[in-house]
Amino acid sequence: MDAVTIARWQFAIVTVYHFFFVPLTLGLSIFVAIIQTFYYKTGDEKYKKMTKFWGKLFLINFAIGVATGIVQEFQFGMNWSEYSRFMGDIFGAPLAIEALLAFFMESTFLGLWIFGWEKLPKKIHLASIWLVAIGSNLSAFWILVANSFMQQPVGYAIRNGRAEMTDFFAIVTNGHVLVQFPHVFFAGVSTAAFFVIGISAWHMMKKGKDLKLFQSSFKMGAVYGLVGVILVTLEGHAQAQYMTKIQPMKMAAAEALWDSENPASFSLFTIGDEKNREDVFAIKIPALLSFLSYNKFEGEVKGINDLQREYEKRYGPGDYVPPVAVSYWTFRGMVGAGTLMVLLALYAFWKVRKDDFNFHPTMLKIFFWSLFLPYIANSTGWIFTEMARQPWIVFGLMKTKDAVSNTVPAGNVLFSLITYAILYAILMVATVFLWKKYIKAGMTGETGTDENVETIISQA
Amino acid sequence: MDLNTIWFILIAVLFIGFFFLEGFDYGVGILLPFIGKDDTSRRKVINAIGPHWDGNEVWLLTAGGAIFAAFPHWYATMFSGFYLALVIMLLALIGRGVAFEYRSKHTTAKWRNGWDWVIFIGSFVPALLWGVAIANLIRGVPIDENMNYTGNFFTLLNPYGLLGGLASLTVFTLHGAIFLTLKLTGKELEIARAYARKLWPVATILLFAFVIYGYFETDMFSKLGVDPGAVPVIAALAILSVEWLLKSKKEGWAFVMTGLTIALSTITVFMGLYPRVMVSSLNPDWSLTIYNASSSPYTLKVMSFVALIFVPLVLLYQAWSYWVFRKRISEKKEDLEY
Ligand code: HDD
Ligand code: HEM
Ligand code: HEM
Repeated sequence: MDAVTIARWQFAIVTVYHFFFVPLTLGLSIFVAIIQTFYYKTGDEKYKKMTKFWGKLFLINFAIGVATGIVQEFQFGMNWSEYSRFMGDIFGAPLAIEALLAFFMESTFLGLWIFGWEKLPKKIHLASIWLVAIGSNLSAFWILVANSFMQQPVGYAIRNGRAEMTDFFAIVTNGHVLVQFPHVFFAGVSTAAFFVIGISAWHMMKKGKDLKLFQSSFKMGAVYGLVGVILVTLEGHAQAQYMTKIQPMKMAAAEALWDSENPASFSLFTIGDEKNREDVFAIKIPALLSFLSYNKFEGEVKGINDLQREYEKRYGPGDYVPPVAVSYWTFRGMVGAGTLMVLLALYAFWKVRKDDFNFHPTMLKIFFWSLFLPYIANSTGWIFTEMARQPWIVFGLMKTKDAVSNTVPAGNVLFSLITYAILYAILMVATVFLWKKYIKAGMTGETGTDENVETIISQA
Repeated sequence: MDLNTIWFILIAVLFIGFFFLEGFDYGVGILLPFIGKDDTSRRKVINAIGPHWDGNEVWLLTAGGAIFAAFPHWYATMFSGFYLALVIMLLALIGRGVAFEYRSKHTTAKWRNGWDWVIFIGSFVPALLWGVAIANLIRGVPIDENMNYTGNFFTLLNPYGLLGGLASLTVFTLHGAIFLTLKLTGKELEIARAYARKLWPVATILLFAFVIYGYFETDMFSKLGVDPGAVPVIAALAILSVEWLLKSKKEGWAFVMTGLTIALSTITVFMGLYPRVMVSSLNPDWSLTIYNASSSPYTLKVMSFVALIFVPLVLLYQAWSYWVFRKRISEKKEDLEY
């Protein structure tokens, strides 16, 4: 394998891994802050227990989110130095602002929150968790500003072979980030909601000592989830329309639409032949794709073949078709998971709105397993966004193959890829172990004492 | 002063903050197995930096982001050039970050001892590597006319680089030991004091050796002259005073002095570099400077406004968080969060 391929694998692995934890941080920080607000307002111990329980799971997640974020900050220079030279003006700025505005805020106030339960006045302690939540979501905004430029370059000029910033405001208010940020924000809300719903459902199944507390959490999760999932879907629709405008090839790949159609049909299931660019087998709903793209049942949606010709005219000869199968299936993975989540959230909300927690055990099981749906949607969503932009790293300006560090030997990249992967695998085991332990322990009672450790360590 | 210089200074400031704060964090992590003989005393040691370590680390992330934004070629050349060294550092930092949070969450001895090792290695490795990196920046590394690093991992491991690594390692450890004398009580306090006293001569000798060697290895001499000026001299006096301050139990002042040494040494390095950011050992004309490595003036201007507003704000709330947790770590186990 060449350095570009290995570097791409490394980027994909470490970034998707980072984003495995990120959405939960985004959504759960707000959720915990909301419960703690209830506690502050009512003084009811029940809310304190819930804050502590969900807070602990949040912290376990946060730690690994932070640790995997460190690699992100440096890997552009390490593996994508040509990209960094070309894009430093525009890409470095939001990254630095993210650290200065958001990372300082979330880390400092998280320290105050963890260690300040007894030391800070209640109001300031509550403010701390809110600042953590705001900081996390601000950090998402700034990194998405950077990412959005790669999807749709704005506010720049090419000078001396580099993309130089000419309009900071245009970059921050890029139309792409205005649809992308809400989508990711509500994806975070949905992720946290299904996390809460899933774990609460598991406890409701077990009917343990904290049944009431988990029913209460379930209800809050259901409300939170309904809001999150409906908005992430609506936003997704807006994003798809936007995408059709700025990156038509992405939409064509998402639909495996080889030739332009008017009105265009929406594919439910296609097995295609990527080489010859044709369908082997397909089930399609007429005119739906036109509707999704333009909110009416007509309108031309361009196909891959036409776009390839157009791009060649504009950007010179080359292959501008992204991996169609990956684009098609990841898009369906996300939308499929999203659809299921909408149905589940509606059902959960409809049941619990009048405090009816009598679920069929199978239903509880389904709710538990639905915990994984947002993870599928988040990962496939990003893989789609990034892969269907290929061969571009910065759309229309720079190709991925030109972005890689030209002085780092492939062997070094392979070394880092393998060592990161091993470390990440170990950390995943530790994380899941801790999660299981704290989830099982529930909200009241001890999770173990230190007595035995004390003696063993001092003997050692 | 032009914007390029302002950004050079700002990045120096970020590194001062980083070395000052993470310096004692690393020191505390390195001393963890030596000062904490049983689980409770280890927890006390960790809790001493518990609320702060992540905020301290963000100084590094901000410095990284700022280099990217202001001097993209520096960011690209340094991080792709020092690739393997950086991978090792990142592995250490990833493990360390998780360890603080996970260690206290399970109670078997195996679990906790394991994470203690991660904390130790995760602190030791970066404390060493930062010195190596800084030494190589001023000594010069092979950079060609296209700003590409042409050396490899072992190019960095020259005697001067290694001496720089040992100097930063021991100075940070001393700084950490003194920090602990301000946070611990009882028998742990006594152990921390003893380590601080023992570490002082080692750190001082290595730091001086590094400076003297630097006069032969780098162009510091021709740049700064026989009389290096106030900054390095005060740095030297500061670390020399630590011995006496420790003896007379003025640990607060001793901490200020190691902090001053770290800050002023960092300034010395940046003064030696200016206006370069990476020295080429192949041809002085191929060095990266604050002019040929920088972003456009427009970007620098935008970023200046951002920094002007937010750096003071960050300093304010970080200082406040240190104020909130200014007391010594409690003797009671129930009060330990980590
Ligand atoms: C949509 C959100 C999002 C996305 C796309 C990314 N991150 Fe992230 N990142 C976060 C949202 C986030 C967060 C929610 O703010 C985290 C996760 C856990 C945490 O503590 O903060 C975080 C942590 C985090 C940290 C550690 C911060 C600390 O020490 O407190 C760094 C350095 C990065 N990220 C850098 C990156 C880079 C360079 C990315 C681009 C490839 C990236 N992240 C993608
Ligand atoms: C955290 C969420 C993100 C995920 C899960 C993600 C995922 C991916 C994936 C799967 C690829 C591989 C595509 C391929 O190689 O064909 C990729 C490529 C890329 N993405 Fe993202 N991405 C994320 C965020 C970002 C952000 C925020 C940026 C920049 C601001 C970014 C920059 C890049 C770059 C530079 C590449 C090109 C390297 C490559 O092709 O592998 N990504 N991303
Ligand atoms: C069911 C309706 C949904 C639709 C129509 C939809 C639509 C989209 C589209 C079109 C993109 C690509 C944007 C681009 O590349 O320009 C995208 C990306 C993404 N989606 Fe969705 N989505 C849906 C549900 C979800 C759900 C439920 C989640 C997670 C809980 C999710 C998470 C993501 C993420 C993380 C990305 C990548 C970041 C981004 O580009 O916004 N999506 N979505």
